Amino acid sequence: MIPEQTILEIEEEIVEEFSLFDDWMDKYAYLIDIGKDLSDLDEAYKVDAFRVKGCQSNVWLRSWTDAGRVYFAADSDAMITRGLVGLLVRVLSGQPSEDVANAPLHFVDRIGLRRHLSANRSNGLSAMIGRMKATAAMAGETANEAL
Amino acid sequence: MNPTESYHSLATTSLDIEAIRQDFPILQRTINGHPLVYLDNAATSQKPQVVLDSIVGYYTSVNSNVHRGVHQLSQLSTDAFEAAREAVRRFIRAANDYEIVFTRGTTDSVNLVAGTFIPTFLGPGDEILVTEVEHHSNIVPWQIAAKRVDAVVRTVHVGQDGIVRAEQVAAELTDRTKFVAVTHVSNSLGTVNDVRSIADTVHRAGIPLLVDGAQAVPHMAVDVVALDCDFYCFSGHKMFGPTGIGVLYGKEDWLDRLPPYQGGGGMIDRVTIDGTTFGDLPHKFEAGTPDMSGAVGLQAAVEYMEFVGLDAIEAYETELVAYTSASLKSVEGLRILGADAPKAGVFSFLVGNAHPFDTGSLLDQLGIAVRTGHHCNQPLMDRLEIPGTVRASLALYNTREDVDRLVDALNKVRVMLI
Repeated sequence: MIPEQTILEIEEEIVEEFSLFDDWMDKYAYLIDIGKDLSDLDEAYKVDAFRVKGCQSNVWLRSWTDAGRVYFAADSDAMITRGLVGLLVRVLSGQPSEDVANAPLHFVDRIGLRRHLSANRSNGLSAMIGRMKATAAMAGETANEAL
Repeated sequence: MNPTESYHSLATTSLDIEAIRQDFPILQRTINGHPLVYLDNAATSQKPQVVLDSIVGYYTSVNSNVHRGVHQLSQLSTDAFEAAREAVRRFIRAANDYEIVFTRGTTDSVNLVAGTFIPTFLGPGDEILVTEVEHHSNIVPWQIAAKRVDAVVRTVHVGQDGIVRAEQVAAELTDRTKFVAVTHVSNSLGTVNDVRSIADTVHRAGIPLLVDGAQAVPHMAVDVVALDCDFYCFSGHKMFGPTGIGVLYGKEDWLDRLPPYQGGGGMIDRVTIDGTTFGDLPHKFEAGTPDMSGAVGLQAAVEYMEFVGLDAIEAYETELVAYTSASLKSVEGLRILGADAPKAGVFSFLVGNAHPFDTGSLLDQLGIAVRTGHHCNQPLMDRLEIPGTVRASLALYNTREDVDRLVDALNKVRVMLI
């Protein structure tokens, strides 16, 4: 499914949603809800080949490309991580591979979740973003070669 | 300045907990808008003002390199460093100050023994026995050292209670076993092992015993002679001292028979290009410029604990552990791992099926610092068939109010996650 909005537009939408909550616990509750709404990743993909290595919570990421766009499906065994994964899938999946590769992802900072992506948080999210962008960059290069 | 002179007066029979809390400046700060509840003491403890002052004081008026300096500052620095050694000797009731070797921490202490004992006394097929509850730092150094001489590291399995018993150790001893390493207090579960009975068992087989005391010394009076262990290791930073300083206690007889660990200045007797003779204990194990300010800080921590009273600390914490155990059990679906007693200061638990990472992240939002994950204890997590736990660990400055805050927060978190 091709999203109607650009990455930046979806990011704006997420920032606005989170701005509705004053209390941090409410933001986390919302994040957990997002995780609950994320469609389940087929169990077949929850294996090491698709695992983004993180010490505490596991993230599994499946990606594929189609007509210059890159698609993602992902899951985590921790609910907060699953919510963050859900946000990233919502922002990036189905977008043109070049846009994904270059996405600055400012929304992470703007909703105050940067600390979940810092190096000492071993939840695999940082590695997940890295892998998403690498997949997109590789897809872009392949497309260019085909031209 | 004698650090003890600057202390406020405290009753020694019971802890004046409010006065103690004021000794630790960091406890006054807030986290995420909440007063800090620090329950990650098993990872590292906070430092009282006297420890901070001792480090600043050392650099302000004493700093100079130890040993062999003829000038006065060097003499003062050497005196301070050796006074710290004597304070540590007294703290663990060792017979001789030269049985106290300063290291970088527990990990360094274990590596020192593994790196010198194994190549000296073990050969192919010989065995080192560790237990399933050991911190990785009391497993991996043995594995590395064993590999070099084709020796084998074997494991004592434990039950769900997490306690290591002498008979379990005895059952794993073979005629190839040459060394045994066991923790005094489990860093994940807080369970306390009867080290003396394990030492007796191991000694009957003519084998030495190393004890990882990192999680014991902050909570109880330790007497290495009464425990009869051959080596005892601990870190300064887990007992209110600075990071980067630790202790290896070794019985004189064993330390004498071990070769130096690292070469360098400070550990030699006479060096020629053809060969070197080494210094006496403990200097033969202290190559290079030691952590002088760390030693001074550790002494201040020892003196702080002695001032509060080791028995008083133990009595206070025993009561707080019982309170914590009962309080945690009031949280619906909460499961504490390992035996309830004997336990020192450390609780590992799971809340229903909630992932420890989620629980820890939400507790952090509420100003409560706990640790989540496998706690450098993967073999134990495998044994308990769990990926990790939430670990709340206490120190002498924690209160019933801290425990109540934790329990209130867990009740909130439970509703969100389950």
